[in-house]
Amino acid sequence: MSSNAITIPGVQIDEKPWVDTLHEWVTTVDHKRLGVLYILYALLFLVVAGVEALIIRIQLMFPHNHFVSPQVFNRLFTMHGTTMVFFMGMPILFGFANYLVPLMIGARDMAFPRLNAFSFWLSAMGGFLLYFSLVGANGLYGAGNAPDAGWWAYAPLTARAFSPGHSTDYWTLALLVSGFGSIGTAINIIATILCMRCPGMKLNRMPLLAWLNLVMAGMVLLAVSPLTAAQFMLLIDRYLGGHFFDTQAGGSAMLWMHFFWIFGHPEVYVLIIPCFAFMSEIIPVFSRKPIFGYPVMVAATVCIGFVSMSVWAHHMFSVGMNSYANSFFTITTMAVGVPTGIKIFNWLGTMWGGKIQFKVPMLFCIAFLFQFLTAGLTGIMLGSAAFDSQLTLSYFVVAHFHYTLVGGVVFGVFAALYYWYPKITGRILNETLGKLHFWLFLIGFHLTFDLMHIPGLLGMPRRIYTYEPGRGWDTVNLLISVGGFIQAIAVVIFAANLVVSYFKGKKAGNDPWDAWTLEWATSSPPPAYNFASIPLVASRRPLWDLKHPEDQ
Amino acid sequence: MAMLKMKSWTLRFVAQTMLLLFWSAMAVWAIGPKDSSPHGTNIFAPASTPAKAISDLSVFVLVITGIIFVVVFALLAYSVIKFRGRAVDAGREPAQVYGSTQIELAWTIIPILIVIVLFLATARVLHAVQDAPQPPGAIEVTAIGHQYWWEFRYPKLGVVTANELHIPVSNPANPTPTFLTLLSADTDHSFWIPELAGKTDLIPNHPNRMWMDPLRTGIFLGQCAQYCGVQHAKMLLRVSVDSPADFAAWVRGQQQPAVQDASVATGRRVFESNACMNCHAVAGTNANGRFGPDLTHLMIRATIASGAASNTPENLRLWIQDPNAIKPGSLMPAMKLNDSDLDAVVSYMETLR
Repeated sequence: MSSNAITIPGVQIDEKPWVDTLHEWVTTVDHKRLGVLYILYALLFLVVAGVEALIIRIQLMFPHNHFVSPQVFNRLFTMHGTTMVFFMGMPILFGFANYLVPLMIGARDMAFPRLNAFSFWLSAMGGFLLYFSLVGANGLYGAGNAPDAGWWAYAPLTARAFSPGHSTDYWTLALLVSGFGSIGTAINIIATILCMRCPGMKLNRMPLLAWLNLVMAGMVLLAVSPLTAAQFMLLIDRYLGGHFFDTQAGGSAMLWMHFFWIFGHPEVYVLIIPCFAFMSEIIPVFSRKPIFGYPVMVAATVCIGFVSMSVWAHHMFSVGMNSYANSFFTITTMAVGVPTGIKIFNWLGTMWGGKIQFKVPMLFCIAFLFQFLTAGLTGIMLGSAAFDSQLTLSYFVVAHFHYTLVGGVVFGVFAALYYWYPKITGRILNETLGKLHFWLFLIGFHLTFDLMHIPGLLGMPRRIYTYEPGRGWDTVNLLISVGGFIQAIAVVIFAANLVVSYFKGKKAGNDPWDAWTLEWATSSPPPAYNFASIPLVASRRPLWDLKHPEDQ
Repeated sequence: MAMLKMKSWTLRFVAQTMLLLFWSAMAVWAIGPKDSSPHGTNIFAPASTPAKAISDLSVFVLVITGIIFVVVFALLAYSVIKFRGRAVDAGREPAQVYGSTQIELAWTIIPILIVIVLFLATARVLHAVQDAPQPPGAIEVTAIGHQYWWEFRYPKLGVVTANELHIPVSNPANPTPTFLTLLSADTDHSFWIPELAGKTDLIPNHPNRMWMDPLRTGIFLGQCAQYCGVQHAKMLLRVSVDSPADFAAWVRGQQQPAVQDASVATGRRVFESNACMNCHAVAGTNANGRFGPDLTHLMIRATIASGAASNTPENLRLWIQDPNAIKPGSLMPAMKLNDSDLDAVVSYMETLR
């Protein structure tokens, strides 16, 4: 097929001791292995934080339920949020970026392989540090053993007066350490994309996945730095007598909010933009058409990157900013809807007139489009500051961001896993199990998160461990919990599929989806050096050119 | 066969999604508007000017986003069904279209126009709600958030109470809105009575303001909306909207010092010789603590522990004996009184009308 698709079968060494294999994986600087490590690590935390979510849902099934104590409930939602954002969402997307970017731009590795390994192990340390709090945080008799200040940890709840012991310190240190890891990875992705492209791969021929990860990495640099600064300030407040957030001594609780959300809002785009990248690669292949409006897609992403740096205070519409500030953040927030809408329309334009193949990755993409559309529209409602004063801090906003983060990011990640699993392992994930996983997860998702908007409209605040009966919240909460368990069953099926297909799956070959980007030009799994000879590209779809010489 | 199978499940996908949407809409309809009794917390059943302005805006935003949803959803569903790959022409690639400037322009400009409309509608309501001048007849209340209860002070009327706010109904011809100054004694809280106003946070060292002009009498419910610690969930809020006469009577009652009843002198002695008075105030006695709710007219209130339990002698006794039994994590300590002291204190409390 391709002159680059040379597979050199590695010399088969018989049975290496497992310690050697382990040693190789721990000391690896190969972008593919690090990518896989990121993904496995993130899937581990997906399960951990998923179990936390299930416990939360059992507690909320009935009013005045006593499954867990309020203290435990508060730790659960703090750990669930922190884990899902920092130790599931970011790592899994960094994993894909690590694995795919060099392959897709025809490079042998990332620009800084050792920085890459260092960043991964920092992030991994962060996650384990967070969970080590369960053992190590009991610094004071009666103090909590896990962080319980919520994932945005508003001051002054994190002050030592309200948060004794070390649980908040573990939270702070976990985010600090993994933050340095994220910054390292971001620098690496930017350097790789700007400097390591193969001959002929101009910026405007680069796969959208690389473009979108470039924007994502830029945002990580800009967004994670203020968070890191804020964590240092919090540590200074807690241990060196600082007063940044100490309201009793003239400090400002608002300061933390601004620092946190100027990280926190770009963060959601850091999570969703790589999923846009998956859509932009997978939808064209299964529609058998090139992406509609490539330049506009790039421009829209860059635009989202810029505008989303100026929307942070829409998380703060209830904190008492004046009407002008609220109006400003209303218009910037709604403005992000325009480039995001353009993206949805361009994916639609890609499918329009195509020949859509409903393979499992594509199913997840289609569901993503419907769900992201809905999440975008509830986002417009939340962006309207006046409407938001009713919706914010209620279950409506919980439903909204789970619609983006589960309906968007998790569906996007599943699409990517089904699509690139054959490249990573050499075997295709089982289609039947995949479809079962898809439909169960879809039904569970909609049962949970469609209904979750309702208690918010009926005045149910978030983060409450129990609620009063008779406010119209009871039945809905029970159904929401049932949906959570359906999703859990679907994830178990997925996990089974990952394992079964690894050993028994259909062999993938180099290019199982008849795709166009460079990663499919090499063997599955790719050799350590990726390409026998560095490829030369002349268009946005190098493999299409090879398969359709008549189009030249 | 393969084609038929594919067709059936794509249709099923669309049908199922439609069904789910329909189902959720029905659920909103079934649970939502029905609950329009004064005890609801439905944001679409407003009973004051700011809540009404927000609710009207919400309906407008919902209609616009609803139309966008239907149009885009239909387009997506149509293209998924219409452009599905068929077995007959497998192997042939469809026409390779790379884009279209006109179409791109259309779907950039139309959303921009929609955004401008939504922004202007929002800005108008923001201005009306946030920048409303305070009329001379307004009632002023200072609301102070504490870890897991509410303190209400009426500086002009000399009234201090807790957890149950009383405000007069406002006649649109001669409005008597209530303007609240929001403060916090510890962490962040948020004041939210969905049927009276949107929420505003109570942040230490950062005074906020909000107002509401209830248009009908009754009890309105709400609760703390900003996570504030262990018992955030049981920091409930009751607002009693009274007729002007009832409100005036309530204020007169609240302005009186505590009832002095010689028959409960033992209970009072227990109260004043234990740590109770370090945290609680009873006007007209030595008890002037401010860390916990003012108890001068405790028995006027329908609930105790910030709405966590109804104000009955049994609950009161249990609460004093072991606050964690009602509200685990509450900052009120168990006083470890013996049974006779406990009974005496409860009898004393019961005289505080």
